[in-house]
Amino acid sequence: MSGTETTADANRLLAFGLRPKMVPSRDEEYRRLVQRFRTDDEFAAVTAAAANGLGLVILEVTERTGIVAASLDDSVFAVRMGEYARRTGGEGKAHERVLHALAHLGAATLAFPRPADLADDSYLGRVTVEGVEAFVREAANRVAEKAVEEGEITDPSSGRPGLEAVWRVYVRRARTGATGDKRKLYSSTTGIVGKALTFLADQGLLVRTGDDRGGTYRTTPRYRAQVREAGALMFGELLELGITEVTDGTGSLAVEWAPEDVTRL
Amino acid sequence: MSELALHAIDLVTLAMDFDAGASPERVVADLSTFAARQVPERPTGEYERVARWVLENLINVGSADRGFRAVYGLTGADGHYERRDFDFKLLEEVPGADGDIYLRASNEAVNVLVGALEIDIESAQIAADIRLETLIRRGRLSDAQAAAQAARYRTIQYGEMLRQRLEATSRDVRSVDWLTSMPDFIAEALEHIEARYKAENAILVNITDVRDTADTPLRKQQAAALVEIVRDCLRRHEQLQAGLQNAGRRFRAEQDRQTFAPQPARADIDLHAQLLQPVLALPVHDADGVLSTFFTREAGLTIPLALRLVDLFTALVTPPIERELLGGEIEEPELSDEPEPPAFPDECYDYLDGLLDLDPEAPRRLSGLLEEARELHPELPLLLVVRVLALAAQEIGPARRHGAESVLIAVDDGTVLEDDEFAGTDLLVARAVLVPPQELEEHSHMGGARADDPRLSLPSMRERGAA
Repeated sequence: MSGTETTADANRLLAFGLRPKMVPSRDEEYRRLVQRFRTDDEFAAVTAAAANGLGLVILEVTERTGIVAASLDDSVFAVRMGEYARRTGGEGKAHERVLHALAHLGAATLAFPRPADLADDSYLGRVTVEGVEAFVREAANRVAEKAVEEGEITDPSSGRPGLEAVWRVYVRRARTGATGDKRKLYSSTTGIVGKALTFLADQGLLVRTGDDRGGTYRTTPRYRAQVREAGALMFGELLELGITEVTDGTGSLAVEWAPEDVTRL
Repeated sequence: MSELALHAIDLVTLAMDFDAGASPERVVADLSTFAARQVPERPTGEYERVARWVLENLINVGSADRGFRAVYGLTGADGHYERRDFDFKLLEEVPGADGDIYLRASNEAVNVLVGALEIDIESAQIAADIRLETLIRRGRLSDAQAAAQAARYRTIQYGEMLRQRLEATSRDVRSVDWLTSMPDFIAEALEHIEARYKAENAILVNITDVRDTADTPLRKQQAAALVEIVRDCLRRHEQLQAGLQNAGRRFRAEQDRQTFAPQPARADIDLHAQLLQPVLALPVHDADGVLSTFFTREAGLTIPLALRLVDLFTALVTPPIERELLGGEIEEPELSDEPEPPAFPDECYDYLDGLLDLDPEAPRRLSGLLEEARELHPELPLLLVVRVLALAAQEIGPARRHGAESVLIAVDDGTVLEDDEFAGTDLLVARAVLVPPQELEEHSHMGGARADDPRLSLPSMRERGAA
């Protein structure tokens, strides 16, 4: 095949990647291109180069997911947090941004509760709006309890809002609320989580399966690939801040209780 | 107003249980009646407006967080004076299981109430505070009520813990310690139930007594309410006890189910321990950048529009396609009433009637009939077999009711049919004369007996080649 044709094919494959709801199993052309990417090294190299030029990075090309591409930070394809928060009615301030991003991180965590789930290509997670909200709130409460046990003064300094801990921002925000016209309050945490999941469904990363508990969604293989990449990057940044820790991969989300839990009852 | 506010908190707290909270509409209604008692002779709508205003202010509608913030100063260990924010809520709106919004009183609000109840009226100066007067005046009965309610909360709490543990067990047996802590928990919960059961039965006896002997209607009413609460407590204890009894069985079932489940082989990042927990502890300033990194990669791509002016112009000048409101006309389908053509030629039916017009005294074998039919018409044998099979199932009762003179019957006497086209039994085909009912006793022996004969039902005829 000539160089021009190869380039055209490479870009066609990328174009499929920009339509996240399309999958190779539904489109003959797509399937051919995915197969070519997996067998033809030169084609793969050209595709990667083309992606790079557009400010994209290819995360995964499989029959199941199609081509999964993520944007580099300065790409025109990048979804920017500031824009997202503004678009969803927030004021675009740091506190709002953090809340919206927490909703996304919480959804990912609840969708893949164990480290093994994230590594398992065939795993499908299920999340609900209320579930994610309750989960993040509980996690925030735990961090709060720990902080209190360690004797920290948790009330933040007035006038220096940037130093306030993230869990405080979340716990402080109302869970839900009624507005005068019977709609749900968009700035409540339930509203924020609902927005996040609807947004992910629009992006073709989640699939809405029902209306139970504020909206039920299941994950797609594409979402798993994106979360894995996002998690790895974020982990890197946290390491730079010297915060996070290395675990043995057995997972930390388990229901356990210590004797003091029982006595506390 | 503050009296109303306290009353509102009180209403919400009393209506709270672990499933839901207080319904806002009911609180508003109750609050309006209280307001009406406070300031009588005002228009009804005003009471409701007041109630709503109080409620909205307790929730602090209008602020982004729907809460309150108090600023206080503190001198730190290094002698440095610092102003800090204290955030709290009084009434919270929470989602109920049915998707509606319910009200719950926050810990801060409950503390205010509990504090008010425990204050010794004689000595404390605060007792003079008129805002709390109504609450305190409810007297001793309230104490018992508070105790019973606290016990009920604890029961619900136990139930909630039990439910969480059982759910976790059904996901992964190893995630819950069934060796030591779970048995301890169950034992403790059972102890709690036992103690409460005794105590509340005692309370129940006492207050039922109070209710029956109370001298003022108010006191009677209070006692009656308390009886209801205690009954509810007892009911919840029983629920928990049933749950506890099932716990062990459920664990064993889950253990059996999960023993052979494969272990996950690979692992990736632990989103909870490595990302969520650390980031929650970070200050907003640092978290903002980190979370943005996550979000940008996780949220997928936004597709910018590449607009060509010509396309925009074309799109703008293209008239919208007009659709008729009712859609196109529906054409009536033409239906003809042609009768279905008979499956066999007409002459076959004539031949058949001739063939089956048998002498009642001379039944014939099917094989003989078939032989004759073959000579008359090539399609006649099949028609004959179909007719004879139908006859084998013919009922004599209806035929007699319709006044038929005779009925054709086919009897299976065990002889095998030897034929090129059909296989099965060589039936005896006969025409039985029907005798009028009055002569039945002497004559109908033949017909009646044959109708009851099980062999008269459909014989095991099998068609070969003709199907």
